[in-house]
Amino acid sequence: MLSTLKRRVGEVLLPGDEFSYDGDDTISLTEPVRPEKVLCGPGLRRSGDRLLVCKSGVLRHKQPNVFWMDCQQKRYVHAKGETVIGIVTVKSGDVFKVDFGGSEQASLSYLAFEGATKRNRPNVQVGDLVFAQFIVANKDMEPELACIGSSGRANGMGVFGGGGLLFRVSLGLVRRLLSPHSEVRSDLEQLFPCELVIGMNGRLWVRSSSVHQTLVIANLLQSCESMTPLQRRELFTRVQQGAL
Amino acid sequence: MAVMEARCSSSVMLREFACEQNFLSQPDGSASFVHGDTSVYAGVYGPAEVKVSKEIYDRATLEVLIQPKVGLPGVRERSQEQCVRETCEASLLLSLHPRSSLTLILQVLHDDGSLLSCLLNAACMSLMDAGLPMSCLFCGVTCAIDADGQIITDPTAAQEKESRALMTFAIDSKKHNVLMTSTKGSFSVNELQQCIAVSQKASEKLFQFYRDSVRRRYSKTL
Repeated sequence: MLSTLKRRVGEVLLPGDEFSYDGDDTISLTEPVRPEKVLCGPGLRRSGDRLLVCKSGVLRHKQPNVFWMDCQQKRYVHAKGETVIGIVTVKSGDVFKVDFGGSEQASLSYLAFEGATKRNRPNVQVGDLVFAQFIVANKDMEPELACIGSSGRANGMGVFGGGGLLFRVSLGLVRRLLSPHSEVRSDLEQLFPCELVIGMNGRLWVRSSSVHQTLVIANLLQSCESMTPLQRRELFTRVQQGAL
Repeated sequence: MAVMEARCSSSVMLREFACEQNFLSQPDGSASFVHGDTSVYAGVYGPAEVKVSKEIYDRATLEVLIQPKVGLPGVRERSQEQCVRETCEASLLLSLHPRSSLTLILQVLHDDGSLLSCLLNAACMSLMDAGLPMSCLFCGVTCAIDADGQIITDPTAAQEKESRALMTFAIDSKKHNVLMTSTKGSFSVNELQQCIAVSQKASEKLFQFYRDSVRRRYSKTL
């Protein structure tokens, strides 16, 4: 199964495609026999000794044995540990309700901010943007957010300051921006100095020195979705030369 | 049976079909599907928040709405909605998104025969575009039996009117099983079997087309 999976990395697969386990014919006598374990990411399901594809997209692989489907969907489905940009919608007692663009609203405790105590409540109003991390994300339970890491530090999370622009892009583009050696991000870095917050739920927040530049960056990022790397680089160089 | 299939293989004729995915900005998934002159737009919203009255504790609620070209949806649309909904429920893995709602809206742009199969194909493409977990794909094929007993696949409105019987099948992509049937008119058991065999042959073309159009969609991110 592992070899068939590896051979098809980078191919477009559809729901209903499956990989079945076929035992190796040859047994190595020198190396110890180790059962191959495949880790399934989003879009792949294990059923018995078969692996089923349940989303359309491109099959991706990470060493050693992690596989997932890269799918360009627009609706966010929450997962534990992911950081998102949310909007506070309700303030009730000791929890805030946060809209993150998923199927239900997440709860955010007022104690889940850096330096917050029962006496010292964080200053959060309805309509504020928060950058937070999922600590509970389960299909059967209410999702729960926190603005602190496990060490009690904010690590860049918390309530947003004034200014800046919030806009939406596809989840696929967000993942491309967040990948360790993102070409889009390195291209963007050469344009203007700016602050960019990327939420895994497809929301981006940008702030730079002027409104004009902020809008240019927002438009560039939104148009990145439907461009090949070549077209993108061409557009970025044109902007750099002052076409806008 | 084998003979029948061999005979069918040469006679599968479908009108030209075309599809575009992700062409609407607001819905989470969208697709347009065209069979000859029949054309349908589909939009999917979800998984989203669900009304308490429609909440199901262990799976998502799927709602299908069909908007006709003119006027308000009537009994005919309701029965089509039910056919589409039950087919979608069979292929979607709804238990992965409990207590949420999925809404599929189908807008008929023009009906020139084989409308139900076009609706099914548009529904499948839009669900796939929305990235909803599915166990398999499905497609719709319409067959008409004319006065001489000839089977016509993907009939036009004029051919439908002259036909003795009209059948629509939803077929899954894994084993080419029949998921849903909707029939009109009179026909023998043998004719039904023949039509199923023809539709299964035709479905292979459609699934190949699905694969090509999704591949084209992802060509820029490969």
